Amino acid sequence: MKIASEYSDGRLTVFLAGELDHHSAKTAVDGIADSIDRYLPRDLVLDLTQLGFMDSSGIAVIVRSYKKMRSAGGRMYIENPQTQPLKVLDASGIDRMIPIAAKREVTT
Amino acid sequence: MTVTNYIKLEFPSFSSNESFARAAAAGFAAQLDPTLDELGDIKTSVSEAVTNCIVHAYPDSIGTISMRLRILDGEKLEIVIRDKGRGIADLQQAMLPMYTTGGEERSGMGFTIMESFMDKLKVKSTPGKGTTVTMLRTIRQRRGFR
Ligand SMILES: Nc1ncnc2c1ncn2[C@@H]1O[C@H](COP(=O)(O)OP(=O)(O)OP(=O)(O)O)[C@@H](O)[C@H]1O
Ligand SMILES: [Mg+2]
Repeated sequence: MKIASEYSDGRLTVFLAGELDHHSAKTAVDGIADSIDRYLPRDLVLDLTQLGFMDSSGIAVIVRSYKKMRSAGGRMYIENPQTQPLKVLDASGIDRMIPIAAKREVTT
Repeated sequence: MTVTNYIKLEFPSFSSNESFARAAAAGFAAQLDPTLDELGDIKTSVSEAVTNCIVHAYPDSIGTISMRLRILDGEKLEIVIRDKGRGIADLQQAMLPMYTTGGEERSGMGFTIMESFMDKLKVKSTPGKGTTVTMLRTIRQRRGFR
């Protein structure tokens, strides 16, 4: 599990790469929480473009991050999940709390 | 029912073995020529069952997890994941969506995911003795190029 972040204009984007399971969940939760504490963003975007696998442990990671953002009055979005993580997200019904968007294609 | 092939694995309940169990199951299932989506479903379900052993069956110790995979009638993948841990007193309650004894680190979706990603899910458990999860998934053969 690799984690990176990017901040501009009140928007924090956290990129998760690799596999998010129970083994890697603590790294993800702590990494996201640290970034939120550092930047105090208005919006948190979880970019899942590079996430090849996720199970229910990832759902708990996302819900905890969502609660942290919401308690600070912020919003959260999930972007560009691959097929397997999207299927797990769909099964959990998490899109009723957090909008899930495919990334817009950049047209040149 | 004919058993065409099988593997049996045993490993300690280290969380680092979660990815190993997924990869082993996917590697064994590959002989049925599954689609990427089917492989994803198999990996997800194995991950859920093995994680439950690690988190719930052996909460404060390292125990043994066993995984048996079989090919039945040349087209069905059977996955059996067993622990000798704490067991589940009320199975019906445990299998409800969102039910968890794991606090904020868990979402209570494991059994729900296994049930919806596999064709069949059967759970047997005895408190103090352990839990056995059996899952079945048919991988239909496709004709021609894919
Ligand atoms: N192998 C097991 N041994 C003992 N108890 C188990 C086992 N598997 C599941 N349980 C019990 O059943 C409950 C529900 O399991 P389920 O996998 O659906 O959710 P969870 O593990 O709590 O959360 P999630 O899977 O979303 O991380 C668990 O909280 C636990 O109490
Ligand atoms: Mg579980």
